[in-house]
Amino acid sequence: MSDTTPEYSGAGHHGGTMDIVRKGLAKRKRKQAILQGIGIAAIGFSLTVLFILLASLVSTGYHAFTQTHVEIEVFVDPEEISEENLPRGGFRNVLSNSLGQYFPESDMSDRAEARVLSSILSNGAQFKLRDMLVEDPSLIGQTISLTVPTSDPFDQLNKGLIDRATPEEFRRLKDEEIENFDTLSELGLVSKPFNAGLLTNADSRFPELAGLKGALVGSFWALLTCFLISFPLGIGAAIYLEEFAPKNKISDFIEVNINNLAAVPSVVFGLLALAVFIGWFGMPRSAPFVGGLTLALMTMPTIIIATRAALKAVPPSIREAALGVGASKHQVVFQHVLPLAMPGILTGTIIGLAQALGETAPLLLIGMNAFITSAASSPFDSATALPTQIFIWADSPERGFVSRTSAAILVLLTFLITMNALAIFLRSKFERKW
Amino acid sequence: MGMLPFAILLVAAIVGYMINLQSARAIRAGGTRLHSLSGFHGMFSALLVIVPVLTFVLLWLGFETAVIERLMFASLPSGTLDGLGSGEVQLIGAEIRSIAGGRVFGTPEDWKLAAAERLLAYEAWSDWLLIAAVAALSVALMLFARSRVAPEYRARQQVEKITTGLMIFCATVAIFTTIGIVFALTYETFKFFQMVSITEFLFGTSWEPQIPIREDQIAAEGAFGAVPVFLGTIVIATIALTVAVPVGLLTAIYLNEFAPQAVRSVVKPILEILAGVPTVVYGFFAILVVAPAIRELGVTLGLDVASNTALAAGGVMGVMLIPFISSFADDALSAVPQSLRDGALALGATRGEMMMNVLFPAAIPGIVGGVLLAVSRAIGETMIVVMAAGLIARMTINPLDSVTAVTVQIVTLLIGDTSFDSPKTLAAFALGMMLFIATLVINVFALRIVRKYREIYD
Repeated sequence: MSDTTPEYSGAGHHGGTMDIVRKGLAKRKRKQAILQGIGIAAIGFSLTVLFILLASLVSTGYHAFTQTHVEIEVFVDPEEISEENLPRGGFRNVLSNSLGQYFPESDMSDRAEARVLSSILSNGAQFKLRDMLVEDPSLIGQTISLTVPTSDPFDQLNKGLIDRATPEEFRRLKDEEIENFDTLSELGLVSKPFNAGLLTNADSRFPELAGLKGALVGSFWALLTCFLISFPLGIGAAIYLEEFAPKNKISDFIEVNINNLAAVPSVVFGLLALAVFIGWFGMPRSAPFVGGLTLALMTMPTIIIATRAALKAVPPSIREAALGVGASKHQVVFQHVLPLAMPGILTGTIIGLAQALGETAPLLLIGMNAFITSAASSPFDSATALPTQIFIWADSPERGFVSRTSAAILVLLTFLITMNALAIFLRSKFERKW
Repeated sequence: MGMLPFAILLVAAIVGYMINLQSARAIRAGGTRLHSLSGFHGMFSALLVIVPVLTFVLLWLGFETAVIERLMFASLPSGTLDGLGSGEVQLIGAEIRSIAGGRVFGTPEDWKLAAAERLLAYEAWSDWLLIAAVAALSVALMLFARSRVAPEYRARQQVEKITTGLMIFCATVAIFTTIGIVFALTYETFKFFQMVSITEFLFGTSWEPQIPIREDQIAAEGAFGAVPVFLGTIVIATIALTVAVPVGLLTAIYLNEFAPQAVRSVVKPILEILAGVPTVVYGFFAILVVAPAIRELGVTLGLDVASNTALAAGGVMGVMLIPFISSFADDALSAVPQSLRDGALALGATRGEMMMNVLFPAAIPGIVGGVLLAVSRAIGETMIVVMAAGLIARMTINPLDSVTAVTVQIVTLLIGDTSFDSPKTLAAFALGMMLFIATLVINVFALRIVRKYREIYD
């Protein structure tokens, strides 16, 4: 090893050369140390960026996992809401009147003042009340306790994202609004529970109501379609190319094709899907099925390459033994080689699907960035997917969507890490070294 | 209803399998030797039912919508569609479909209501016809397969022939995909060049695709000179590679030669995490952290910095490419034969000298291949630039200015309404064509270098 300098006690007639070498040695070692140093710096750079990336996502995203709620006593005024008019009624008035009881000094007949007060509640509060009453009309005329989300600015205030020290004209909430909120807070009506709505609500224009359910369902359908198409096609193609294909021009051409497809930019697949699937075949826009189909074309090369590697890793002795006892070529492959290669194939497939889950550009081109407020019930309904939902939210101007976007990214990364961990587990558990 | 044909098909396949299996076993029980195992007779029936009928169902479903729409338009009172553009006809189709789906807005004309009813009737007919056809075909094929069960029938060969055919089909899907991409891009690009001259597109320096929709609308004339767009892509890709190539190569050099095993086993998975982060996440990172940081830094230095600089988009893209380049370079360095390392060390070189004077030059072809693949990724990368780069095409190479990119224009031109007869939509396909050609050339070249180099040392 060059790290240790051999001690030449009796240099003898080689002394001249050794002197030259010794003189240069310190400089040469310094050079090596510099090379190592900048190598470490390069790795340090990557690690730092990754750390900043994760830290910024977590530090902005964790806010979205809680949501400020207020609990108010609502008197369901039969004058505003009557059973025969449901689901129509003056829900908004009922709510703002109920809110008024906590502010005895304010005059709820003054419309401007009432509006300022009721701006504390999310726009979704009236729909929550409506749904409760449609389900149980007997509540009309009674006083019920209702826990509803606050609107986004007050949520931000409660989480400390709006600085009270900012001068009023630069702040999103006026002093009066902050006072109102503090009054409710002092009455102990404000709570900040876990925000289940983030996973159970569909998309919304209002940050406090927006959730990922639509995106999760859309991604599920798209990935399912992608898997059902790319898995059999990929395995079939790989087995043919690896085990059966004659070595000729056509097989070479197919191979070159597959390698190139793996490197074609994803947005080009989006163009293909838009022109062929939607333009020529008339498939529906924004449908997870079309998204899955596109992703399948992109995932197939990954699966083919992984499957071929797994098939190659099965030792020839297995094939020869099976052939030796009289199995046909097909029987050898399907009954012996393929089962042994399965762990490797599954690992590659899961990694391919994880890539597909994070893919955004082709889904944008086929319209999976539409604003849809309900979850898809079949792969042919309009839907968004997780990455496109992140794109939509990142594009939204409301402040509350910043933390939602980070939270959505954390959800996406959780799925990716789970899938990759599963792949690693499968590999270490079932893969055999021959 | 939609799943019923598939259910019938599945049941028919299973029943066919069982029938053939049982009859083959019966023959065997009678003491006659069969050429093929009983299972192959069963498989023969199942495959014979599944392959043709599934193809039939998929083709039917693929063309159903288009054919029904054609029929519906043909049944409209003559003259209703005279003098309407393709966009308006599409709108009428969509309206009739939404009426048929039970979503009626306003009071539609009577002929639209009638058309919607006919549409529903056609759809019901189509469903029943499909189910009847599937059932009839399945039973016919099942009976045919049953008639083949005989001692001398070569069921195994037949089954293997069918599976080979299926596998060949799977392998050709890759070819069909390529053909589909080339054909779709060429077709739409050709239409585009009928509206905009090819020289204007390739050499024009003004890109303003927002053409007026109405005659009196105040908007740009619509200019499709793509040079500033190409330039933007080049600027961003250059910035990305300036970050990624040195960092990636140094990472690979350190990991390959100097890093202790413990460091290697920690850093490599972390780099893989970096490689697995979806690009939309990098895009959000660019607008959330990097762009404001660059802007703040520029303001402190007294520079004029745009809000969505090429530097932010390019820098983040560079981070995305680091693991890509480092893993390629690592592979290339590892592929250099041990004898070269040993030889250099034996001559008294330090490990640093061995790396820089022997290993690295020997690995250059593989590294160049990897860098070229990174270039093709950089110009094809979409989400980072869509989120972090600008929309307006400027002729500038200033990294602190806002530039646009080819992929940004493709996405922005196609988000929202697309009609395949407006130059705005078709321009996206022309840009896509350029992107496809550029990446294809780079990829073929890079893969060739990588492969050739591997052969030398293998």
